Amino acid sequence: MKYHSLNGEVSALENINLTVQEGEFVSIVGPSGCGKSTLLSLMAGLLFPSEGSVLVGGKKVTGPTRQVGYMLQKDYLFEWRTIFENVILGLEITGTLNTDTRKYVEGLLETYGLYDFKDKYPHQLSGGMRQRAALIRTLSIKPEILLLDEAFSALDYQTRLAVAEDIFSIIKRENKTAVLVTHDIAESISMADRVIVLTKRPGTIKSIYDICLTCDRKTPMSCREAPEFRYYFNKIWKDLDIHV
Amino acid sequence: MDRLNDKTGISDEHKQFLKKVRMRRKLILSARILLLVAFFALWELLAVLGLIDPFITSQPSRIIDTIADLYRQGVLFYHTGITCLETVIGFLLGTIAGTIIAVILWWSEFLSKVLEPYLVVLNSLPKIALGPIFIVWIGAGPSSIIAIALTISLVVTILEVLNGFISVDQDKIKLVKTFGANRIQVLTKVVLPSSYPVIINALKVNVGLSWVGVIVGEFLVSRAGLGYLIVYGGQVFQLDLVMTSVLILSVAAALMYQGVVYIEKSLLKSGKHTSA
Repeated sequence: MKYHSLNGEVSALENINLTVQEGEFVSIVGPSGCGKSTLLSLMAGLLFPSEGSVLVGGKKVTGPTRQVGYMLQKDYLFEWRTIFENVILGLEITGTLNTDTRKYVEGLLETYGLYDFKDKYPHQLSGGMRQRAALIRTLSIKPEILLLDEAFSALDYQTRLAVAEDIFSIIKRENKTAVLVTHDIAESISMADRVIVLTKRPGTIKSIYDICLTCDRKTPMSCREAPEFRYYFNKIWKDLDIHV
Repeated sequence: MDRLNDKTGISDEHKQFLKKVRMRRKLILSARILLLVAFFALWELLAVLGLIDPFITSQPSRIIDTIADLYRQGVLFYHTGITCLETVIGFLLGTIAGTIIAVILWWSEFLSKVLEPYLVVLNSLPKIALGPIFIVWIGAGPSSIIAIALTISLVVTILEVLNGFISVDQDKIKLVKTFGANRIQVLTKVVLPSSYPVIINALKVNVGLSWVGVIVGEFLVSRAGLGYLIVYGGQVFQLDLVMTSVLILSVAAALMYQGVVYIEKSLLKSGKHTSA
């Protein structure tokens, strides 16, 4: 993938060969500016690779599809819409707003404790609730794959831990495939089945770790207490090779 | 400090604080009224004592007489109404047309880049210079006056609103694009609603600008309106008429501005846009 500007061309990513299994949670870590977000944009069909192709379910991606849901760094709930109007945004745009999908969204709001807030405006909700509303907005079009672009980085640390826990459990419950891009090593290990480390620009895959942690119930919080956690952390830290 | 009032649950200290705030508000309001009353009283007094010449400066009692005269002749509301109507039409057209043109320029980056230098020139040009051209083209009447008022607010609106459109958070646009939104959806779902405050703000600025346009237009052509009364009064050396018209004008302008503020509040109710 190359970017062009008047100052020349920049190669953001090179030789990325990656397959994500159904139901898998993959996280991608890398130094800043290594093209992590570009990779997600390619998967989402917002950008197209200069060479090569992206396949979702065996079909080449030619633009944003309903199979893929994207979550941005902030919740970006529109302040002029109520929570309900916000979460049906995707349905409105894809032209699939009908009584069935409306019921489905209402069900999601109910399940995840936001039904009572559906007529409130975003500024009346806490950061965690807003993030949950943003996830429901993404889930409303029933995507099979969720792309999380540093989805928690705008939150303060405590909220971030809680929201990661929350979002993780929702993703597992809805049985979605997920790709998380982050610069937080601990977050990537605690949430993912597989961690992919990218090199500096042009980003290539440096290493891949299958995360096997011994903990009873796999939630991001309990994962952080697993004895192997430190091992992975140090490995990835070394791979990132960060110098100030 | 923990002594709470049984009925309201408000501590005495907090009550004291609220009382202080209310007192201060009252004080400011009374000072404002006092200033106004003092100004007119002094004006009247100086005129009565002969320290200033009411033929040149007019005086409050004469202004009241003039208003009564105009009312008796049945022209008070006629002149005021015409000027207000021209202003309202001018600033509404300016805002609406300006917003539409801004949408077109947002849509086509090529067009906006091409027109950029021309907009800058038009923006710095004193639009009043175009007055005579409008009069020749459209005729000496209310249409020309409205045209002048409209031109004054148009270019500012285009630039302001376009700027608002461009500064919409790119990630919000990215968000709707991940759902596969086309350009019309980007415009209607994100760009326009998030630029609401900018458009309302343009409306506020345009009220003031349109008054300038209308009064200047009336200076140039009209046979009716407050601007006409001011020019006429000046020509026949009737300062009473001039001062009266200026006074009515300031009241009308203030009321119209408050009207726009009211519209703004009811449009943006429940603080929806506060974090925009």
